[in-house]
Amino acid sequence: MSEEIIKDVIVGENEDYIINMGPQHPSTHGVLRLEVCLKGETVKYLTPHVGYIHRGIEKMCEANTYQQLIHLTDRMDYLSAHMNNEAVCMIVEDALQVEVPERVKYIRTILDELNRLASHQLWWCAFGMDLGALTSFFYGLRDREHILDIFEESFGSRLLHSFVMPGGLMHDVHPNFQKRIKDFIKYFRTKLPEYDQLLTGNVIFQNRAKGIGMMSRETAIGFGVTGPSGRGSNFSCDVRKIAPYGAYDKVQFNEILETGCDVFARYKVRMAEMWESLSILEQLVDNIPEGDFTAKMKPIIKLPAGEYFRRVETARGELAVYVVSDGNKSPYRMKFRTPNFSNLFVMNEIASGYKIADLIAISGSLDLVIPDIDR
Amino acid sequence: MSSNIYDFSSLTGSIHSWLSGLMSSGWVIFSEMVLVGLVFLLMYALIGLFLVYLERKVCAIMQNRVGPNRVGKWGLLQTIADLIKLLLKELIPIRKSDALLFNLAPFIVIICSFLAMAALPYAKGLQAIDFNIGVFYVMAVSSLSVVGILLAGWSSNSKYSLIGAMRSGAQIVSYELSVGLSLLAIVVFTGSMQLSTIIESQANGWWIFKGHIPAFISFIIFLIASTAEINRGPFDLAEAESELTAGFHTEYSGIKFAFFFLAEYMNMFIVAALGATVFLGGWMPFHVGNWEGFNLIMDYIPSVVWFFSKTFFLILIIMWFKWTFPRLRIDQLLTLEWKYLLPISLLNIVVIAFIVLMGWHF
Repeated sequence: MSEEIIKDVIVGENEDYIINMGPQHPSTHGVLRLEVCLKGETVKYLTPHVGYIHRGIEKMCEANTYQQLIHLTDRMDYLSAHMNNEAVCMIVEDALQVEVPERVKYIRTILDELNRLASHQLWWCAFGMDLGALTSFFYGLRDREHILDIFEESFGSRLLHSFVMPGGLMHDVHPNFQKRIKDFIKYFRTKLPEYDQLLTGNVIFQNRAKGIGMMSRETAIGFGVTGPSGRGSNFSCDVRKIAPYGAYDKVQFNEILETGCDVFARYKVRMAEMWESLSILEQLVDNIPEGDFTAKMKPIIKLPAGEYFRRVETARGELAVYVVSDGNKSPYRMKFRTPNFSNLFVMNEIASGYKIADLIAISGSLDLVIPDIDR
Repeated sequence: MSSNIYDFSSLTGSIHSWLSGLMSSGWVIFSEMVLVGLVFLLMYALIGLFLVYLERKVCAIMQNRVGPNRVGKWGLLQTIADLIKLLLKELIPIRKSDALLFNLAPFIVIICSFLAMAALPYAKGLQAIDFNIGVFYVMAVSSLSVVGILLAGWSSNSKYSLIGAMRSGAQIVSYELSVGLSLLAIVVFTGSMQLSTIIESQANGWWIFKGHIPAFISFIIFLIASTAEINRGPFDLAEAESELTAGFHTEYSGIKFAFFFLAEYMNMFIVAALGATVFLGGWMPFHVGNWEGFNLIMDYIPSVVWFFSKTFFLILIIMWFKWTFPRLRIDQLLTLEWKYLLPISLLNIVVIAFIVLMGWHF
């Protein structure tokens, strides 16, 4: 059996022009390896190989208490660190039936949206760079810096802020928090049109992005492609709408859906989501209620024996967390359904038949974060 | 010309007569060749290093950054430090690569750009060789560099390099046509391929102004096609770092990589200099009709300043392209050339020939 496989591989190698894109490649945004079979410049098929940054986070969670494993979830999708933390915290709160204060819910939702904005900004930087427009990288980073400054002031860290704790927050936010967010909203509303001027309206960009990487709604549902990538194929999958958590039931916002199904549609979804996030922030930032920053929690958290499930919308799609507890202070089994894992494996379906340059655009439009795939 | 105070031919003439007094005519030619070669070598290195510095500063300004500012005043010595670093780096041999071709390729690329520099007129009376087929010579020599790129891609024994070289071949061969046709437009106007004649013909106005709209169209086509020919963004498909890591020079390291790098920048200088010479009057000052006072003031600016300011103006435009536009795809690149630029240039040539026949140009 194994010999047959080896023979197949060798024969395939002789017939096809196989190129290993990654694990060290500037456009896979991490240690992803794509085994791409080419015919001239056209991609015949591709196989993603994962596991280069597998750290066994699910297994490590079984050896840590619930307060400790928050810090591991940061490291999955490091650009949606806050959403990952929040998912685990909500599971613990559900299991213990703790009612978190309103203030905590508002602040968490604000942080969700700030994190989503920062993530989409970085995606925009990297997407422009994938298509060869290097200047967009610095425009995006310039604005992302403002959000990271807000994070730094309140939590002390800029990227992996394990600020959310089961039951509430680590500590209260900085007194400047609201003022800085309001300043940022005002600032970013003037800067976001620049993104459109630089990239969206560019004729070369539109030619590169339109009509490639077609992902039908059926494909998106079939492969479980969620988040902005799925919504670009008219697949309504926004957990914030379907199952509101935090303060999402108290704000007005639209779920962005595009029917283009191509790279440009996914691009437009993310650009529109940035505007939507700004409007959510605007509705929340003035209405943060006074109160405690955490609910009363026992120093040692033990979840009652049973199974718990919770899902949140990260910047890349639906993150589902599944916990099996046997009543101890650490989980018996922890399973993360991460959005990038599902989003990655649709690549072969949507990139075959396009040029190698399109492959880069398509993988950029899926906005993959590799540590989230491997965990 | 009303003013000849900056004519370099008196300087070169005096050097020639001084050397003639010292040795026989054969040795004079030999020592002059060595001298000119040394001057070009120095100029090549200096302009190349300065262009790298300029590009880093220009892109820094476009990207809200400061750019190099640590080594030397305003970071002026940064590229020299980089060059020393590249000189000291290890030359990594590639297993199963064709060693001869692999080592030869950077030299072919750099020699091509070197040869093209020889025929350019830098100032009044400052030109190494004034060929009677100057435009044709520069075109022919600079298009040879594709051989070096193809060899580099082929001999590296790397799949990325091979794809980069294939792209580069397709690209340079197609865009060569448009560059040639757009230069031909001015050759039709002047009736000569000699660069000095082309410059003299622009004494009363540059071709971009007095060649009506067709000359302007040729200028635009020249800018686009030459940007593609020198493999620069948005046409940098041959090295496309987000797709092919570094394309044809992925496997090169140390000074061999520096050769490719330097040659890329010098090719940019050469096409900008050629464009400035053919379309913008080379070292000719800017004159307006019969504004005698204005023309006199313009004459007092040295011709070498005119040449380099026009060249660097075009270089800045080419850099502006690169830092603004995303990269094209290979099929879009070829579509642009074969379906748009080439028919337009052919039509343009016909229109220009008609204008010249009817004597409608100034």
